[in-house]
Amino acid sequence: MERHFDEELKNLKELLLKMSILVEKAINYSIKALVERKTKLAEKVIKSDNSINMMEIEIDDFCHMLLALRQPAAIDLRFITAAMKINNDLERIGDQAVNIAERTREIIKEPLLKPLIDIPLMATLAKKMIKDSIDALVNKDESLARDICKRDDKVDDLNNQIFRELLTYMMQDPKTITRAVELILVGRHLERIADHATNISEEVIYFLSGKTIMHHMEDIKKQQ
Amino acid sequence: MNDTKIDVINFNFYYSGEKALNNVTISIQQNMVTGIIGPSGCGKSTFLRCLNRMNDVISGIKVEGEVLLDNEDIYASNVDVVKIRRQIGMVFQKSNPFPKSIFDNVAYGLTINGIRDKNYIVEKVEKSLKDAALWDEVKDRLNKSAFDLSGGQQQRLCIARALAVEPEVLLMDEPASALDPKATLKIEELIQELKKKYTIIIVTHNMQQAARISDFTAFFMMGELIEYDTTSKIFTTPSMKVTEDYITGRFG
Repeated sequence: MERHFDEELKNLKELLLKMSILVEKAINYSIKALVERKTKLAEKVIKSDNSINMMEIEIDDFCHMLLALRQPAAIDLRFITAAMKINNDLERIGDQAVNIAERTREIIKEPLLKPLIDIPLMATLAKKMIKDSIDALVNKDESLARDICKRDDKVDDLNNQIFRELLTYMMQDPKTITRAVELILVGRHLERIADHATNISEEVIYFLSGKTIMHHMEDIKKQQ
Repeated sequence: MNDTKIDVINFNFYYSGEKALNNVTISIQQNMVTGIIGPSGCGKSTFLRCLNRMNDVISGIKVEGEVLLDNEDIYASNVDVVKIRRQIGMVFQKSNPFPKSIFDNVAYGLTINGIRDKNYIVEKVEKSLKDAALWDEVKDRLNKSAFDLSGGQQQRLCIARALAVEPEVLLMDEPASALDPKATLKIEELIQELKKKYTIIIVTHNMQQAARISDFTAFFMMGELIEYDTTSKIFTTPSMKVTEDYITGRFG
């Protein structure tokens, strides 16, 4: 039986989809600004964060309305609580894109320390994780969501690699420290973005199956 | 806690050859509220009435399996049915006070059980009315007709009447479905108080009510117990798809 409520849940899904598109765009532009050394593009990311913030409020209000008026249970309840957390994760990803844009403004004032290879690669992986996590939500694809959680390790490895490499620069020549730290921070922001995408996937799994997988709960339960 | 008060084992119930309950097995926990939910005609009221042999009065019924109250089968041949119904009281959907005074309504169960001690009866009536959260509203007019009370008050009077004979289990068949939200809230609050002393089993059509007041929820469909678990599990992550579909209003 199609319920009127299903229409509202569909609207909520569409809002999350819209927000994820804004967020992906923010990451795209912030990395493009860094690679192509465009201050204006970085400024654009910083300015446009407000629309992501407004959207977070809109989604939150909508979820509160649904909880209060529809008193959802089971899969409906899990979807709405997951949506609230995903909403928060997306907003935080937007903040990380702003952080990257702010770093970019500083980085492009000076010559590049080294060619950018791993950072754009990290950005590509992280963006794909976000896109897939929202696809998993929309298409109710639990196995895709589980796959995303595994991909997080690859992003972590790249982040560590960037850190180690830039450490050697700093040790050889202390004058490179400022520029190296800025790049390390960009890596760190991208790593956080991938973490948020992982959180989203964990929420999707809870929504679909009722299973809690965050903080390695499945492994802990198996051991018990 | 977590002691079993009523153990229903492989229970079947037939109305003139028609199977109304199919192989129901469930352990009702002591001092807990167990909510029974399910679509109309799923057998939830039938099940409730089996727990104190209220169905016995219907001709052509057949019962198989066991209903153990504190490990004693209430369907055993040597059982005193009147005693069972004293131990397992019942409150119905429509409040049904007797055409008597408020006092006599509550005292009724005591007097028909042969109690003549006036002081004892007065004490017991007051205590029952207090337990049913009605005392303060009626203490100055105990001799007035029960029909002078509001719907919600009448229902609490019926609860007081059930409590007067000191039951151990209270069966409630949609006790608040005919009441306004305020009176409903009062009954729900009362149930939370009552479970400290009694084991409560409540049939309700109102899903939110089951979610609010019960500790355990049993979902029935077509005479079968589909799923039985803690209320929080049933309403957040039920195991069966059909349970999920029912409590999210996709059918029923």
